[in-house]
Amino acid sequence: MPIANIQVSETPLVLFTLRRADDALILGHRLSEWCGHAPTLEEDMALANMGLDLLGQARELYSYAAKVEGKANDEDKFAYLRDVRQYRNLLLVEQPNGDFARTMVRQFFYAAFADLYWRAMMQSKDATLAAIAAKSEKESAYHLRHASEWVIRLGDGTEESHRRAQTAIDDLWSFTGEMFAIDDSDRGLIDAGIAVDPAPLQPQWLKTITAVANEATLALPASNWMQQGGRSGRHSEHLGHLLSELQSLQRTFPGATW
Amino acid sequence: MVTAVISDADLRRRAWDAAAQVVDPEIPVLTIADLGVLRDVVVQDGRVEVAITPTYSGCPAMNMIALEIELALEREGIRGPKIRTLLAPAWTTDWMSEDGRRKLKEYGIAPPLPGSSRRALFGQQQVACPRCGSEDTELLSEFGSTSCKALWRCRSCREPFDYFKCH
Repeated sequence: MPIANIQVSETPLVLFTLRRADDALILGHRLSEWCGHAPTLEEDMALANMGLDLLGQARELYSYAAKVEGKANDEDKFAYLRDVRQYRNLLLVEQPNGDFARTMVRQFFYAAFADLYWRAMMQSKDATLAAIAAKSEKESAYHLRHASEWVIRLGDGTEESHRRAQTAIDDLWSFTGEMFAIDDSDRGLIDAGIAVDPAPLQPQWLKTITAVANEATLALPASNWMQQGGRSGRHSEHLGHLLSELQSLQRTFPGATW
Repeated sequence: MVTAVISDADLRRRAWDAAAQVVDPEIPVLTIADLGVLRDVVVQDGRVEVAITPTYSGCPAMNMIALEIELALEREGIRGPKIRTLLAPAWTTDWMSEDGRRKLKEYGIAPPLPGSSRRALFGQQQVACPRCGSEDTELLSEFGSTSCKALWRCRSCREPFDYFKCH
């Protein structure tokens, strides 16, 4: 018997919080897939650590979304009992790990954004979101530094590592525009000082990306054509596969607890 | 039979003292009071509420700490305390007590540099070896055995050591 998905009342604040929570959960899950497979032991720990930070951010955000929604949902139900079309994360974070260069470029693009975004969100008039932002900002700063160092090392490394890092940049570039897009649901929150408009952060993001890419001898694509859809539940085919693994236990043994 | 009347203030002090003894499961020389994780104890109508704040967002020790607080209070005869997680203001390593820093160092973990500002996060770090005190040290890995630690090595005594990261 299929297990029913939960229904979510996506008021603007619930939707806003779920979008951030989904970003963190999905990227954190992707990083956890590296556990035991990273190129070195130290890197294995680094990827797991970053994944854990993101999972922690996701839990706090899901718990807050549940509180705001005020229904019977909780952090576990949001994670385990929503289907692909109900997930609101960026397309970027669900992209497969690929090789190590691709994972690091994805992390670099996201962390450079998250670092700026959470720092700005510390001024949110919503005290809980501001507090979550204060933690996430510091964690994102560590992730950004780590990913930047790897992008430089890979780009300015061997011919092979350069080729892989450049391919990753070219392939993932069209997923970066979505980070700076907003919709009608966000607009009211931005006007109320609860959410931050990400669009003005884009020049600073690009500056960081450009500086690291230059040092890494990597080129940024000229194309400005950007993919969108994740924020409204239109995902790439990869998210379904990810969720089928993430949710397999709850879907097979509904309500199972440790 | 005479029942001693325990004032809320007494109960609060006993609850605080019991909770303050709880140690971090990953760093057993540090109490949650040393860490600054224990934020408040409130007593209302004989009901005890303990407020704690998470360190790193994903720190798995928080669940364990909450359970340990309940057990510590239970041993004091204080039943069914409520454990509340406070997110604001966000925890920082600057809240770690001087005593806590000293205990960390004696345990072999370099304490966090004071000033959790972005400068401390990204500035030139000079971490002294907790064993020999030498400042001739190098970073091996930004991410260590737990969320809160990085892995360093001393060039003088050649020993690797953990560094409690600024947060």
